[in-house]
Amino acid sequence: MKIVVCIKQVPDTKGGVKFNPDGTLDRAAMLAIMNPDDKAGLEAALRIKEQTGAEVTVVTMGLPKAEEALREALAMGADKAVLVTDRVLGGADTWATSITVAGAIRNMEYDLIISGRQAIDGDTAQVGPQIAEHLGIPVISYAEDIKVEGDSVIVKRQYEDRYHEVKAKMPCLITALSELNVPRYMTPGGIFDAYDEKEVIVWGRKDLKDVDDSDLGLAGSPTKIAKASDKVRKGAGEKVTLDASESVTYIMDKLKEKHVI
Amino acid sequence: MKRMNLEEYKGVYIYAQQVDNELSGIAFELIGKGKELAKDLNTEVTAVLLGHNVKALADQLAEYGADKVIVVDDKELETYRTEPYAHALSCVINEYKPEIMLVGATAIGRDLGPTVSARVKTGLTADCTLLEIGDFPLNPVPGKEQKHNQLLMTRPAFGGNTIATIACPDNRPQMATVRPGVMQKLEPVKGAKAEVIEYNPGFAVNNKYVEIINIIKQAKTTENIMDAKILVSGGRGVGSAENFQMLRDLADALGGTVSCSRAVVENGWLPVDLQVGQTGKTVRPTLYFAIGISGAIQHVAGMEESDIVIAINKDEDAPIFDVADYGIVGDLNKIIPALTAQIKAEVGK
Repeated sequence: MKIVVCIKQVPDTKGGVKFNPDGTLDRAAMLAIMNPDDKAGLEAALRIKEQTGAEVTVVTMGLPKAEEALREALAMGADKAVLVTDRVLGGADTWATSITVAGAIRNMEYDLIISGRQAIDGDTAQVGPQIAEHLGIPVISYAEDIKVEGDSVIVKRQYEDRYHEVKAKMPCLITALSELNVPRYMTPGGIFDAYDEKEVIVWGRKDLKDVDDSDLGLAGSPTKIAKASDKVRKGAGEKVTLDASESVTYIMDKLKEKHVI
Repeated sequence: MKRMNLEEYKGVYIYAQQVDNELSGIAFELIGKGKELAKDLNTEVTAVLLGHNVKALADQLAEYGADKVIVVDDKELETYRTEPYAHALSCVINEYKPEIMLVGATAIGRDLGPTVSARVKTGLTADCTLLEIGDFPLNPVPGKEQKHNQLLMTRPAFGGNTIATIACPDNRPQMATVRPGVMQKLEPVKGAKAEVIEYNPGFAVNNKYVEIINIIKQAKTTENIMDAKILVSGGRGVGSAENFQMLRDLADALGGTVSCSRAVVENGWLPVDLQVGQTGKTVRPTLYFAIGISGAIQHVAGMEESDIVIAINKDEDAPIFDVADYGIVGDLNKIIPALTAQIKAEVGK
């Protein structure tokens, strides 16, 4: 069995987001990490590997620096790593990203593809389902649990007030929630292997299969940014001193004004 | 991307999500927003209703403002599954060619939206909190066509630390998923009727159809404060574990969840998974009540990105007031029960 895990390197927001003195986001001060949902997806794949002897390949699209996340995945136990990096892929939205990753996966063997539900920088949750659509395979999003049974997977699919137990024939794509598991740590031996024994294969535009140039990068992205800004931290608002019943009226007015009730 | 004939695409369409043949609130919110956009574009709002035995729900969509309702009613659509639903919505889009297609950013919409956008080959902007009609680029750029009447979609990214406004100028429909609870529904007009169009594209089972083995409905057991839209958070000033019942009552009335500061956990009043702050969780709800919380920097770091902060504290110098949108200096023991009663009365109307 062959499993492909899609991962992304993202800036770490845990332990507080750092700001510049002008209130804008200080990206340089934040560490780059493997996206948490993706890491849960990788852990799920490694557990299947332990049960079935599956081969696990991790793939990412990103800057050359994203190799770090792939090395971490190798150190955790992934067998192969592919970095898709090319200048023409820069500035991609979720459409162009999913076209790119699908184009790379077409050159791999796979029974199961696992991606994280969403990345903590973009929070879109779109790339996983869009990859499945481009590859013409079923997608099961928001997975809380994954079991392999013969040629099928059984997935606990989360909704707001319920879950569905869903069975799909492989090949299929699953998007993982970080609630799925607690990812393992890298072992010293694993880190050694990741740098000395295993390699990160680097692919560019020419290694993508059945992909049109007009669908790639910034130019191939249907969505365009009209305006972007870092959210400036808010300061103090109003402060009032009122008796209990006036306070209630004051709060009720605000809740109505803000459409809370 | 392939060039499309953009002129062919007209009208604002919304996906009218139903679960167990009951319309979700987001359907009405999207109609409300859709009406505003449609007014600016001088067009109509069409609700797309997918399911089995759901036609009767069309009247409700009409009462909330839908001008037309397209109903796809088929046995395959009885319970949400990605493939038959994506097939149905994609076929509606290809057949009726809307210029705007809005979908709720729910656990269903965030699966359906991406799949459909990839299938009909257009862009999709996720989790929008603001939608308006305007020009793209926003300001004229020499040598570049400025397109008018574009859907401008604003969304937070980076966990709410940045905001971006996005357009989809060369593809149709312009698609967005919209965060539930942000847009306002209209007052329903009793007896209002919409033009109802029944349409069925045909469903042929293929490899993408999955099998639902089991459906387990659950009352939320573990509350995840990071997912809560409304948090009623208490601090040392609440006074005791028993007094947190007041906060629970308020949270229940608002459909929110109780959370707390570190002091509360240290006193053993609430468990650590409800703690907000640097050593607890970072939360970004739509509404955060800080009740009896002084507002130490470690606490503020975990909640300052909340959309609206209402603080109640008897100490007028409490630092929490520096980050509150609305600060009330007063006695929480008197204010909270009275507020809860008022909200219950209002919601019960």
